[in-house]
Amino acid sequence: MNLHGTPLSIVIFALFVLMVLYLSFFFARKAKSASGYYAAGGQIHWAVNGISFAGDYLSAASFLGICGMIATLGYDGFLYSIGYLAGWVVALFVVAEPMKRMGKFTFTDALDAKFDSRGIKLAAAISTLVVSICYLIPQMNGAGSLVEPLLGLPHWVGVIIVGAIVIAIVSTAGMTSTTYVQFLKGGLLLIFSTILVVSVMVRGLSTEPPSLKDAEGQALLNIPEQSTEVELAGQGYLLKHTVGDLLKFSHEGVVSWWKKDADGTLWQAQWSSGSLVNGKPDGLLNPVGRIKAIGGMNEEEAARGTGSLGPAGFLARLTHPDTRIEQWHKKTVFDEDGAKYSVYYPKTVSGTEEMKPGAKFKVKTGWQKLNFISLMLALFFGTAALPHILIRYYTVPSPACARKSTIVAIAAIGFFYVLTLFMGLGAATSGTVNPADNNMSAPLLAMSFGGVLFAIISAIAFATVLGTVAGLIVAASGAVAHDLMDRFGGMNLSEKEKVRAGKIAAFAVGIVAIILGIVFRGVNVSFLVGWAFAVAASANLPAILMLLFWKKTTAAGIVASITVGIVAALGIILTGPAMFAGPYGLTAEAAWHPLGQPGIISIPLSFLTLVVVSLATRKKVQA
Amino acid sequence: MHQGPAPESGPDPASNYKTRLGVVMFLIYCVVYVGFVLANVVAEGKVMQVIVFMGLNLAVVYGMGLIVLALVMALIYNHKCTGKENELAGRSVGGEEIA
Repeated sequence: MNLHGTPLSIVIFALFVLMVLYLSFFFARKAKSASGYYAAGGQIHWAVNGISFAGDYLSAASFLGICGMIATLGYDGFLYSIGYLAGWVVALFVVAEPMKRMGKFTFTDALDAKFDSRGIKLAAAISTLVVSICYLIPQMNGAGSLVEPLLGLPHWVGVIIVGAIVIAIVSTAGMTSTTYVQFLKGGLLLIFSTILVVSVMVRGLSTEPPSLKDAEGQALLNIPEQSTEVELAGQGYLLKHTVGDLLKFSHEGVVSWWKKDADGTLWQAQWSSGSLVNGKPDGLLNPVGRIKAIGGMNEEEAARGTGSLGPAGFLARLTHPDTRIEQWHKKTVFDEDGAKYSVYYPKTVSGTEEMKPGAKFKVKTGWQKLNFISLMLALFFGTAALPHILIRYYTVPSPACARKSTIVAIAAIGFFYVLTLFMGLGAATSGTVNPADNNMSAPLLAMSFGGVLFAIISAIAFATVLGTVAGLIVAASGAVAHDLMDRFGGMNLSEKEKVRAGKIAAFAVGIVAIILGIVFRGVNVSFLVGWAFAVAASANLPAILMLLFWKKTTAAGIVASITVGIVAALGIILTGPAMFAGPYGLTAEAAWHPLGQPGIISIPLSFLTLVVVSLATRKKVQA
Repeated sequence: MHQGPAPESGPDPASNYKTRLGVVMFLIYCVVYVGFVLANVVAEGKVMQVIVFMGLNLAVVYGMGLIVLALVMALIYNHKCTGKENELAGRSVGGEEIA
């Protein structure tokens, strides 16, 4: 498959981005007051706000990350869909209306409504900034992944393009324009994802789908070679190094990595090291993703394909115990000379394995179980604590409208998450997965149906990133200008000054996001967003819930809870295995502890801190 | 597009009812969600591979079910809240206008 966009796809993409920019500048002329900038004047219709919620929420993580994880590892990616959607139940039943009643512009306003405490203003504003930046990293990373195949530009250029466009949008317009951009994007994402899924259903499943062959009938995707150590030795391959079940061979100076199965079979892996990819300088990994056998069909029938399938039939075929699917895993290893390699290796699993949890999130050991529960806890409690979601409650006129827009959001987002399972599995069986960067699985799946659909889906995905990043930057700039400078710093800014301060803050946050987006290249964006949820759930949610439901909550308790939540969640992430294997350039084994997801410790700790400090400071007041 | 200050909401006589109802519905959903998480953890998630109906396993059915349940409960919640708001607004003259 040609992984580069056509001139048509570039034109469609450019038109889409220009339309987004036009919308932003059109509304920019109307956003002069602070309320207009941060809360769209509180006059957005609840139905528009609901779809805009979907636009805000269905970020790069949902569209790119979840589909990518399902494409390479099966059902486990869908766990994110379930957790992300379940979080909206907390938002609707517990948080939506009270937040609207208490606040004016930001989440800090709501927390501080009862106490008027400088400490709360400072802690909540810092929390908003930290969570926004954590959430911005995967969005920027996803933008880089998109631009690479679409425009043939390097990852870092994509990150900078998104950063520059969003800074332009936010620093000129504010919440009204981001709302309408989100509305447009959310609506288009739902429509075109549905078209993509229907196309997958109509094509059905086949061990040799047309998308895996070029016009001459040649196979396009990587079909890993099968061998044994004895056979390779017979052909003159020299075993150079062994890391667990990964073996490094050299043959006439060419390096190859192989994955050894329990029965001794070797499967050729793909690899990258420095600027070398599969032995070539700056090459691309070969696309992967195929169904090797379809349950209930012989080889010939499976090659001809199932023909059109309904949703249940599609999933049932994939779940069949005799179905065989190739999953792709990644491992970072060091060779005999200490050179670092990223090795991507295939693992054939049954339909039963593909469609049940366990490929990404293992639950064999106690730590693994803790990690899994921790992730699901963070996803459930994180949504209602995300600052860019919370500020959307102030764009509607009343608490009832806040409730109704949340329900529209649940319907739209829930429907989309159902589609993610089909898009991910569609990519997994259509040879449209880049093993080094699975974030592009959904757009590349669209490419298997033609360049136009690819261009539209990529443009929507890009707008998805633009919209979410814009929302996050408005939230972050609100925290700096409104919460920190005006209210905490007591600078008493005029409306105009507040908007100007917000725009300068938006610029600064945008620059930080660009740098971090480049650093975290190649990490699954949904995995990164899981961390943002954990930080939000740990820092903000205990304070919100206890303020609403526990009368003994004090200002000191809230400040302590937010602080402990941020420090604990970030501390566990920064000393954990994913950071060591990723950005630190070491191995997962070198991490200080095996806990990849902080929520199970940091969320209860934040609650406990709030209770203990509130009780202690309450006694002091009474004494 | 109106760009004035965000309007302040008036008193909401139904807020106590809505809060209580919200907490009850939240707890019901929590129980179902915890069941899903535990089903993934217990016995290495093997229970999730059991075929439930139409060739679909528990992992898919339970997962999709959680998404559908969220929407169904949201609609019930809204129906009850709107009903209560209208009932109380009808009783008190000058009550908050419900969108």
